[in-house]
Amino acid sequence: MTWGAILGLALVSYLFKAVGPVLIGARPIPDGTRALLDLAAVPLLAALILVQTVSTDGSYSVDARLPALGVAALLIWRRAPFLVVILAAAATAATLRLV
Amino acid sequence: MPRTLDPTPASDTRRAIARDAAGVGVAVGLYAVSFGVLAVAAGASTAQAMAMSLLVFTGASQFAFIGVISGGGGAAAALAPALVLAARNAVYGLSVAPLLRGSLGGRLLRAQLVIDESTAMARAQDTPEDARFAFLATGVSVFVCWNAGTLIGALAGSGLGDPRDLGLDAMFPAAFLALLSPQLRRPGAPRVAVTGAAIACVLITLTPAGIPIVAAVLALLPAARVTWRDRGRPAAAVRA
Repeated sequence: MTWGAILGLALVSYLFKAVGPVLIGARPIPDGTRALLDLAAVPLLAALILVQTVSTDGSYSVDARLPALGVAALLIWRRAPFLVVILAAAATAATLRLV
Repeated sequence: MPRTLDPTPASDTRRAIARDAAGVGVAVGLYAVSFGVLAVAAGASTAQAMAMSLLVFTGASQFAFIGVISGGGGAAAALAPALVLAARNAVYGLSVAPLLRGSLGGRLLRAQLVIDESTAMARAQDTPEDARFAFLATGVSVFVCWNAGTLIGALAGSGLGDPRDLGLDAMFPAAFLALLSPQLRRPGAPRVAVTGAAIACVLITLTPAGIPIVAAVLALLPAARVTWRDRGRPAAAVRA
C-alpha cells in the first residue's frame, strides 16, 4: 500500500468536507434551500442502509444482515438506546451465522 | 436515537445529546477495530492505518479503499470508489455549513468532523444551538473512538478473527437506520428515503462501488424543483 494513494485520498476527502463550511461560512441561506439541505442526508443514509444490508462487492446477497436490521428496526421503534440497537444487530448476525 | 417530542429543559436535551454522541462513538470504535484488523491484513502498516483514520476519517471510504487493495487492485482502482464515497461529505458539509459559523481556521478544523454520524445527529435536533452542539459532540466522540479503535485493531492484527463472525458488518446498517429514523419526521423525508434506497438498489450491480450511494441524492430532485419554483417567496415550504 503506497503512502501517495493514502495521502491523496486524505487530501481529496478533506476538500469534499471543507467546501461547504469554507464557501458558505456565515452567509445566510434562504429558507427553502435550507429545508432542502436538511433533507440531503436522508437519501444517502437510506442508500447506505440498503447497500450495506443486501449487497456484497457489487452483487445482491441476502444474509444474516437482513434479520439483524429487522431486530434493529424493532428496537429503534421501541426507543431503545443507540448502543443497544447496534449491539443487538451484531449479536443477531453473529448468532445466525453460528447456527 | 430516542428523542421525545415533548418539550424538555435545555440541560436535559444537552445531556441526552451527549449520551447519544458517546453511544455513537463507542459503536464506531468497535467497527474501527475491524478496520484496523482488515487494513493490516490488506498490507498496510500500523502507521498507514492510523494515517487513514486520522486524515481521511471517513469510514466507508477507508473500507472501500482497503477492500480493493486486499482484493488485489492497484492504488488507482482503490481510490475511485473511496473518493466517490467521500463525495457525499460535500453534501453533508453544505448541509451543516450554517451550524459551523466562526473564524476561517475554526471552520477548516471543524470541517474534518463532517461525516455521516455528526451530520445525522445535527440534523436530528430541533434548534440550531442543539444541532451545533450535537455536531461537535458527535464529531469529536467519533474521531477519538475511530482512531483509538483503529490503533487497537491494527496492533491486535488478525487475532480477532473474521469481523463477519462477530456480526460487525451488521452494525453499520443498524447504526445508519438509528440515525435516519428521527429525520423521517421531516416533511417529504419518507418518500425521499424510499426513492434514494430504490435508486441505490437498481444501481448495485450496474455501477462501481460508491456510485449507488451518491446517485441516491437524485431523490432530492422533486423537492429541489419545488424549492426553485418557490424561490423568493417568503416562508416557502419544501414539499417532496
